[in-house]
Amino acid sequence: MSASTTIDRDEVARFSALAGEWWDPKGPMAPLHRLNPVRLGYVKDQACRHFDGPGDGARRDPGDPHALAGLSILDIGCGAGLVSEPLTRMGASVTGIDPSAENIEVARRHAADGGLAVDYRAVTAEQLGETGATWDVVLALEVVEHVPDVDAFVAAAGALIRPGGLLIASTINRTMKALALAIVGAEYVLRWLPRGTHSYDRLVTPSELGAAFRAAGLTRRDETGVVYVPLADRWKLSPDTGVNYMMVAGKPIRPAYQGNS
Amino acid sequence: MATEMESDVVIAGGGHVGLSLALALGAAMPSLTVTLVDAAPPEAATRDTRASAIAAAGRRMLMRLGVWDEMKPDAEAITEMVITDSRTGDAVRPVFLTFGGKVEDGQPFAHMVMNASMIGALRRGAEAAGARLVAPQTVRDFTVGASAVTVELGNGDRIRARLLVAADGVRSRLRALAGISTVGWSYGQSGIVVTVAHERPHHGRAIEHFLPGGPFAMLPLPDNRSSLVWTERTETADRLVKGDADVFQYELERRFGHQLGAIHPVGRPRAFPLGLTLARSFVKPRFALCGDAAHGIHPIAGQGLNLGYRDVAALAETIVEAERLGLDIGSLAVLERYQSWRRFDTVEMGATTDILNRLFSNDNPVLRFGRDVGLGLVDRLPALKKMFIGQAAGNGGDLPRLLRGEAI
Repeated sequence: MSASTTIDRDEVARFSALAGEWWDPKGPMAPLHRLNPVRLGYVKDQACRHFDGPGDGARRDPGDPHALAGLSILDIGCGAGLVSEPLTRMGASVTGIDPSAENIEVARRHAADGGLAVDYRAVTAEQLGETGATWDVVLALEVVEHVPDVDAFVAAAGALIRPGGLLIASTINRTMKALALAIVGAEYVLRWLPRGTHSYDRLVTPSELGAAFRAAGLTRRDETGVVYVPLADRWKLSPDTGVNYMMVAGKPIRPAYQGNS
Repeated sequence: MATEMESDVVIAGGGHVGLSLALALGAAMPSLTVTLVDAAPPEAATRDTRASAIAAAGRRMLMRLGVWDEMKPDAEAITEMVITDSRTGDAVRPVFLTFGGKVEDGQPFAHMVMNASMIGALRRGAEAAGARLVAPQTVRDFTVGASAVTVELGNGDRIRARLLVAADGVRSRLRALAGISTVGWSYGQSGIVVTVAHERPHHGRAIEHFLPGGPFAMLPLPDNRSSLVWTERTETADRLVKGDADVFQYELERRFGHQLGAIHPVGRPRAFPLGLTLARSFVKPRFALCGDAAHGIHPIAGQGLNLGYRDVAALAETIVEAERLGLDIGSLAVLERYQSWRRFDTVEMGATTDILNRLFSNDNPVLRFGRDVGLGLVDRLPALKKMFIGQAAGNGGDLPRLLRGEAI
C-alpha cells in the first residue's frame, strides 16, 4: 500500500503553513490547546484502567504525575507535539509521527528546548508499519476527519498496536449539529480555526468509525462525547457524541477468526 | 559564591497568600518542588498584633490543609453582624441591618484570626509539606526563557523554575518587573488598623458604623479584644496615628462608644492608604500574580484576604491538574485557566466594595436616606440577606475544591 492512499496532500500543506504557530495558545491552534486537558485526561484514564502498573502489576493511579510510566505510546498526526510532550511528562515513551516534515521539525525543537525525549519521525502510519514495530497505545487524535479512506487508515493504525494494546481516536461527528458548531461556528463565526480546516463530507460518524475498528480486527471498548462549555470556556466529557467524540478500541491478544484468513 | 538551584515553582512573598500556596501545592503533589522567597525575616510576623477576617470558604481550605486547629485558639467566630448608619456625634445609632452569623451548615460565616498565629501555622505547614523557605531574601530580577524562568535573588543566587508566582503584595515589585500595569485609584482615605482591649465581652458581635469619614468596623477577637478598621481621610488618619495619644483615645471613644466599658489600644495604631488596584493581567508566560499583587480592594467588606485565598485555591488546583496531565505548568495555555477563573470574581468584588465605599463614605442627606432605606429593605428580605451572607462567607461562584473543603 502506498502512502498516497491515506494521506491527502492538500491537508499536509495546510497544516505545514501553521506549524510555527502551533505552540501559541492564542494562535491558530488555540482550540486544540483548550481541548488538550480533556483529551489528555481521557487518554490517561483509559490507559490507567487498561494497563497494570509497571513492575509489581499494581493499579495505576491517575493522580500520580507519572501515571503512564513504562507505557509506549504512538501519537499519529502529532503535529508540533501538543499531545506527545504531556504524555512524555506523564512517564510514557512516546513516538510522534506526522506526514509534515515541517511539523516534525517544530516538534523536535520544542521538545529539545524543554529537555523532553520524544521520538519524532516524519513518516505515515503505513510507512511505520513496514518496520514491524508495535506500541501499547496508538493515538489518532483529530486525525480520521482528515484522511481520505478511514478504513485503510484504521487498518494501518491497528497494525501498529501490540496485541492487548489500545487504539484511542478523537474526531468530529457528521451531524447537522457538528456542521453548525464545528464548521460554521468554529471556522466562520468564532474564527477559532482557519476556514477549510474541516469539510463536512470528510467527517466520520461513531458507527462508521466502529465499523472501521471491527474491519481492522479491533474491539470497541469505550466511547464518550466531548462538549464545549461556553461560560467556563472549557471542554468536558459528556454522553453527547453529536459533535466531538472519542472512541477506544482494544486489540485482542489472539486475532479473532476472520473467516478467510 | 552564587549558587544555581532548580525548583518547579518559585513563590515570591511569605505572607498568608504565598505560604498557603506553598502548603497547598506541597500537600496535593509532594513531587512538585516549591521554593518560597520572603524579604522579611521569619520571626517578623510573630510581632504582628493585627487580625484578619477569614470567611467560611477560606476556613474550609485551612482545615483541609491541616492548619486550622493550630490557629483556632487565636480565632474568634463572628456570630452576629450589625450595621449602623450615623454621624460620629450621634448618641443613638439606629441599627439598619443585622445578620445572624451562620451559613447553612451551621458554621459561622467568618472568623477573626490573629495574623501572627495564622502566619505561624501556615509557615510550619508549608515547611512540613516540603516547601523550601528562603528568608530574609529578595527577588532582584527574573528572566523568562522558552522552557524556564530564571529567578535572581538579592545575594546573586539563581533559581531555575517552570513558574514564578508573585505574592508580594499590593505594591508588587515583581508585577512592575513583569511589565504588568494596573488600573485603579486612591480613595484619599486611609484605614487605621488597631487592636483594642475592652472591659466587657463582645459576644462575637461585629459592628460596622458607616460614619461620614468612612466605615468604622469593630471585629471580635479572643479575650475581650476587638480589631478595628477605622477609615478616615488620609490627612486625618495620619494626624491621628502620629499625634497625641490622648487625642487618639478621645476620637477612638467617640466612635467606639462605651457599651463595652473602658477601652485601650493594644500595640500601636497604623494607617494604610486605601485604593483600588487591579492588575491588567494576572498572568504572563511562566509568571502569575496571586493575592493583593493581583488586586488590592477597599477593606469595607473584609474581603481582601478572602480573595487572596480564592486565588490560592484556584491557582493550586490549576497547577496540580496541569501537572497530572503532563502539561507545562508555566505555559500560558495553563495559566489562562487560572486567570479566567479568578478575573470575573475579582472585578465583581472590586466593583462592589468600591460602590459600597462611595455610597457610605459621605454625608449627603439624599444618599443617607437612600442607603438607609436600602439597608432596611435588605434586613426585611430574607432571600437577599441570605445571598449577602453567602457572599460574605465566600460561597459564591465556581468554587475551587479547597474552598469546598475537598482535596485537590
